[in-house]
Amino acid sequence: MIKTFKRGGVHPPENKISQKAALERIVPEGIIRIFISQHIGAPAECIVNKGDKVKVGQLIAKANGFVSANVHSSVSGTVLGIENVADYQGIKKTAICIQVEGDEWEESIDRSPEINRDLSKTSEEILAKITEAGLVGLGGATFPTHVKLAVPKGKTVKAIIINGAECEPYLTSDHRVMLEKGEELLIGVQLLKKAVNVNKAYIGIETNKQDAIDKLTKLSVNYNGIEIVSLKPKYPQGGEKQLIKSITGLEVPDRALPVETGCIVANICTTFAVYEAVQKNKPLFENSITITGKNLKVQKNFIVRVGTPLSKLIEAIGGIPENTGKIISGGPMMGRAISNMDAPTLKGSGAVLFITGDEAKRGIKSNCIRCSKCVAACPMGLQPFLLYRLAELNMLEELKENSVHACIECGCCLYTCPANLPLVDYIRLGKTRAMKLVVKPK
Amino acid sequence: MDSTILTTVIMLGVLAATLAVVLYIVALKFKVAEDERIGETENILPGANCGGCGYTGCRAFAEALVKADDISAMFCPVGGNTTMTKVAEYLGKKVEKKESEIAVVRCAGSCKNRPRVNEFDGAVSCAVMAATYSGDTDCSYGCLGKGDCVAVCNFGAIYINGETMLPEVDEDKCTTCGACVKACPKLIIELRKKGPKSRRIYVSCVNKDKGAIARKACKTACIGCAACRKACAFESILIENFLAYIEPDKCRLCRKCVEVCPTGSIIELNFPPRKPKIEVQEQKKDNINSDITTN
Amino acid sequence: MNKLIISPSPHIHGEFSTKRLMRDVIIALLPALLASFYFFGLGAVKVVCISIISCIVFEYLIQKFLLNITPSINDLSAVVTGLILSFNLPSNLPVWLIIIGSLIAIGIGKMVFGGLGNNPFNPALVGRVFLLIARPEEMTTWPLPLALATPDATTGATPLAIIKEGLKNELTIDQIKASSDYTFSYLDTLFGQIGGSLGEVSAIALLLGFAYLLVRKVITWHIPVAIFLSVTVFSGILYLINPNRFIDPVFHLLTGGMILGAVYMATDYVTSPMTHKGMLVYGTGIGLLTIAIRTFGSYPEGMSFAILFMNALVPLINKYMKPKLFGEVK
Repeated sequence: MIKTFKRGGVHPPENKISQKAALERIVPEGIIRIFISQHIGAPAECIVNKGDKVKVGQLIAKANGFVSANVHSSVSGTVLGIENVADYQGIKKTAICIQVEGDEWEESIDRSPEINRDLSKTSEEILAKITEAGLVGLGGATFPTHVKLAVPKGKTVKAIIINGAECEPYLTSDHRVMLEKGEELLIGVQLLKKAVNVNKAYIGIETNKQDAIDKLTKLSVNYNGIEIVSLKPKYPQGGEKQLIKSITGLEVPDRALPVETGCIVANICTTFAVYEAVQKNKPLFENSITITGKNLKVQKNFIVRVGTPLSKLIEAIGGIPENTGKIISGGPMMGRAISNMDAPTLKGSGAVLFITGDEAKRGIKSNCIRCSKCVAACPMGLQPFLLYRLAELNMLEELKENSVHACIECGCCLYTCPANLPLVDYIRLGKTRAMKLVVKPK
Repeated sequence: MDSTILTTVIMLGVLAATLAVVLYIVALKFKVAEDERIGETENILPGANCGGCGYTGCRAFAEALVKADDISAMFCPVGGNTTMTKVAEYLGKKVEKKESEIAVVRCAGSCKNRPRVNEFDGAVSCAVMAATYSGDTDCSYGCLGKGDCVAVCNFGAIYINGETMLPEVDEDKCTTCGACVKACPKLIIELRKKGPKSRRIYVSCVNKDKGAIARKACKTACIGCAACRKACAFESILIENFLAYIEPDKCRLCRKCVEVCPTGSIIELNFPPRKPKIEVQEQKKDNINSDITTN
Repeated sequence: MNKLIISPSPHIHGEFSTKRLMRDVIIALLPALLASFYFFGLGAVKVVCISIISCIVFEYLIQKFLLNITPSINDLSAVVTGLILSFNLPSNLPVWLIIIGSLIAIGIGKMVFGGLGNNPFNPALVGRVFLLIARPEEMTTWPLPLALATPDATTGATPLAIIKEGLKNELTIDQIKASSDYTFSYLDTLFGQIGGSLGEVSAIALLLGFAYLLVRKVITWHIPVAIFLSVTVFSGILYLINPNRFIDPVFHLLTGGMILGAVYMATDYVTSPMTHKGMLVYGTGIGLLTIAIRTFGSYPEGMSFAILFMNALVPLINKYMKPKLFGEVK
């Protein structure tokens, strides 16, 4: 049976044009710059100094507190210093700059191509490995994985849900991992199950990736308690709450964590990283990045070391095409536009998307005609047209009354708006303002 | 016929009397005892409800004024000293005279001085833009020019200059309520002393990058060269993070810093023109003895 | 290379635009338009053209010279208003009345509130009701379709009006239907062989447009279906109580602009509720009011008034009919 969530959502043209491109590696060279904050939470604490020699996979910044993640060197070489480096959006952040010299890996990392099927590790061992490896959610939010797997007291987890929906148009890196690393992925799922002591795992995959569904269904025969669930393509199916609803039919209660429904969601790439971290001792220092766009001559799926300059990836596909209007990090629905091409990649960078000028430009804004298409499209049951107006007028109390906190910023409202109103722009702003709102004592 | 009119009159009369009694009782029952001074104080205040005093509106401010024993720290920027003196007289409390201030926009990165390197296509709002990325120029500190300050100004005292795309303050209308200061996501606008005859000097830049980077992004950026600090006889200039700041309390308006600034990021306002202006400029070049351009 | 564009997400946009939605409404109205041309001939062409042109002209003039804003006639909303207004008029209406009607529709119905998106009432209906109250004579003299017209009788009453008149004269429904004035069968009302305004006559053409609007996702089914259901249920109850005093539901559904109103006027975006739940309430209200006005009021037709009345309640409906929040804890 093909499942999906009921309320709201849109289905933009899929444009998964890069799904045939096999994963390729980019050899690191020159200067690599690694941000010490590549996750939600406190920035890691730098533990190397200028002039230090580092190896691939060596810890260079230590998690600072519980909600934080370790950062490892993605190359071997000499630390040039700790500097302020502009990220994709030109915003300066602290980064460790390393001059690449050779490619010497930490001895503890198992680089053999054999699949390690040993599942004898205990829950604590697995969690420790995940923490040590600095894993973060690679679906976009980059929330530290070990925090997510730490079940709050009094809550019970019944199932792990693996998010293979990849509902964003264009993106294909999850798809490639499922096709090329199927076996490793399933071992990763077993490890996650063990980590939180559950017997059941679902892998939700949209039917536009039928080959991945077939492959994983075939492989999963050998592994207990893994169910592959076919999902009807619909955005934002990959949203945590929507995915849980699609697969289990349960709604995460308002203002509660997903664990309330007894489910923990992990991304495909994250699950693969779990396999590598636990079975191969390999920290998270490289990830797969899709380079795609209708105006590109070649579509690529790269495996890239964290901290590689974006310009290097662009070089690998032969430069920015003439008619490019916008370059996006991530998918077209929730990704962020890139203004700085020299910025280094992050753990969570999943895709670089090129969009032509005509497509990139938003339409001219006109009056709201109250067509209610945004209300129908909102997967969270909000009234975007109203929140937009309230946010524009900075009416924070009213925003809170109308549950602005529930907005997942999926962008369905703006996508569907016939008047081209910047709905989600303002709602996002209003949300951040309203959630910080402190009532002044009189 | 007569009886119809009579009945109507009586009916209406009874109705009116009943309602009057009801109203009277309700009014007695729900009467709110209130200090009448609050209303009077509110009448003295300008009634702009701008929030510049730190309270939600003039009413709230009036309440606070009546309640507080010492009102010397409270100030209505719109009404200024005149209003505060009146309030103090009425309430029999003391106020201190405050020097009048004005909002200044500390960015001179006009389209000409600071080339645009990309195009912003989201909602026309500085706050949205600042949340999205560093800005449409290479300067990540400068004005975004989308006019959030203009939108929040209740007095129409700030507007975007169509040529430079930078906000400008109308001195006559600005009431220093501070709304624009709070609205600016880049913290560019500052309330400064208005100065004698509205004469004032300030560094019109907030870029904290190293000189070379700042200069590359914007021709009028402060590059932190400290030429102004050397020229200043009153130690009124602080330099931190490659950025100069003129302390308004120490500045004596001698204008020496303006003359020595190699990028023209120090701005003087409302001064009489230098006599004979062209010569002075040439002199200045000689003085500095360098090839640095003025403006 | 051009400067790169930067904006917050999302970076792609769906197929909807105000213009496209309006264009689809116009396309959906085409079958009914052609039907009216066929039934009423040149008179219909004249009314439609004048109504549309004057609506566009008034919108342009008001925006340009009174409001001093860039005219937005490109979005085709004035065309839709003009078209729907003309569908509500008899085909022999004098030209000056059409122009006045358009002025009221655009000027009072729409522009005084701030233009498209801000008007609480359906502009075309405001124009129509204004004309109906100001010039009842001209507005209720319905020309008969060309096929029915004879040299002696070129005008006639609508089926609803005939029945209303008959009921006033203490006749039963069956007696009225048997009388010589009443020459219509259900098939006639379905295809449009009846007297009436331009757009209301051919039920089948209007339903064809309804299907198109649904397929193109311009409107949802909620409002029209709610209206049809509530009309059927309410008039059905009355019919069961006394078939001699009350007309049957099918007759109500097929006459008096019921379909035109339900599909094209009640669903006007601006003046209808924002949530599906609200739409159902709104549609039910329109159905109830229409039957109430038709059966107990002095006007033979109640669709326009019912829609306008419910328009006024839309803010209230919006306030109480909010969508259910995802994961709402009760």
